[in-house]
Amino acid sequence: MDGLKRGSTAIVGAAESDLGQVADEMSPMDLCAQGISGALADCGLAMKDVDGLFCAMTQQRMSIISLIEYLGIQPKFIGSSMTGGSSFEFHVAQAAAAIEAGLCSVAVIAYGSTQRSVGRKQASQREVNPYETPFKPFLPTSAYALAASRHMHQYGTTRENLAEVAVAARKWAQLNPVAWEKKPLTVADVLKARMISHPFTVRDCCLVTDGGGAIVMTSAARAKSLKKPPAYVLGCGHGVTHMNISSMPDLTITGAKQSGEVAYKMAKLSAKDCDMVQLYDAFTINTILFLEDLGFCKKGEGGAFVSNGNIAPGGGLPVNTNGGGLSYCHPGMYGLFILIEGVRQLRGECGERQVRKHDVAMVHGNGGVLSAQASVILGGGATV
Amino acid sequence: MPNATTSPLATYISHLEKGELAYQFSPEANRAVFFPRVLCPFTGSDKLEWRISTGRGTVYATTVVYPAEGAPFNVALVDCDEGFRLMSRVEEIAPEQVTIGMRVKFRVYRPGGEEAPIPVFIPEAA
Repeated sequence: MDGLKRGSTAIVGAAESDLGQVADEMSPMDLCAQGISGALADCGLAMKDVDGLFCAMTQQRMSIISLIEYLGIQPKFIGSSMTGGSSFEFHVAQAAAAIEAGLCSVAVIAYGSTQRSVGRKQASQREVNPYETPFKPFLPTSAYALAASRHMHQYGTTRENLAEVAVAARKWAQLNPVAWEKKPLTVADVLKARMISHPFTVRDCCLVTDGGGAIVMTSAARAKSLKKPPAYVLGCGHGVTHMNISSMPDLTITGAKQSGEVAYKMAKLSAKDCDMVQLYDAFTINTILFLEDLGFCKKGEGGAFVSNGNIAPGGGLPVNTNGGGLSYCHPGMYGLFILIEGVRQLRGECGERQVRKHDVAMVHGNGGVLSAQASVILGGGATV
Repeated sequence: MPNATTSPLATYISHLEKGELAYQFSPEANRAVFFPRVLCPFTGSDKLEWRISTGRGTVYATTVVYPAEGAPFNVALVDCDEGFRLMSRVEEIAPEQVTIGMRVKFRVYRPGGEEAPIPVFIPEAA
């Protein structure tokens, strides 16, 4: 069992759809299509080249079939793994496997959501769990809040530490022309905002926006002949620890520990080799947990690590340079957008928010309530 | 094999109706299993025994939910002494006074109507 080969495939095209608040009656599929159109133009490929298709959505029960119908194509290989927000990081590994195995040659991974326009309740169906639902946790927020309470208890992490994550995200968002929230934000603003589920105020929680996008993947050999510098897939890994928060073995250690270890091993790299981290910040505790579990700091030290502007523009480690789910956009499932940002940063396309050294990006997706973790390590031409 | 005559959830609820907090024990794994199910998640074995908890436990994690309407309330994860964890709430104290490490004891809450009884906790000292 050899697994995926380091650098054998690459992300060659990436684009967002309309973001924020989209036009009335725009559908999730319309947003997917905008993203696909943009991502194909980005790499110079055409719809007729696409023979692999992946998507996962909250508003379409059989989204991959809907997307095939919409696009009018007959892909040779399709995938629609649904692991919540990390679906797209899972899709990257699956597309890489399909391309390596010769099952398809150009794979598109797409997403679209009109969560803001239609309202959160319409956008995703709530599941009833007889062991949790009667206690009325405000999900997903309360699940992450429980994890935060445990981290605070065990390691002395403070609400101010959590707030630093939101403040850093906002500072990055202020450098991103398409970010949704750009108003100045301080630690004090976060702390005094409306409480949702202790220790989280509304500013510890991700945005609710519309949005979509797509990426295009192909073999490393073909990638070299396309328009933009390839973002090579150096490493992939995943770790699934539970579905419901009451079944999570240890609320302070996520599946990112496993997903990161597997991805680093494949990439033959470690945290210190990563120039940036694009991670799924649904809530402020996510950033702290994942930076620890992915090896950027020791377990329990994440609160101190994110403080004093260390992950903000000009800090020691660039994290969520698009402004994150906290300030840039968060249309239901956010995992595709961190892949798009990773690709753009590796290419050096990010204008004001461009990070200085940009050879290796850790992209980390999260799904469910810290449930399904998937890491993708992307590298530029210097890494292969 | 004939169909099973009862489900894991129905068995669990039937114990709650009698005022008991039931959980499963896996002899092959030598540890408690919760939520109740058909297969042991540690061994894959279908040999699971029902046991009754003493109802004593420790708060593992806690939050206070602030609903758009109505009073804030507690949601907690409780580690029972037999080695299983469940979601619940701690009653009889203010929600923000529930702390991690607090010793708690079980009682049944009966919502009435169609809703099944659920396990809640109160401070052990109460």
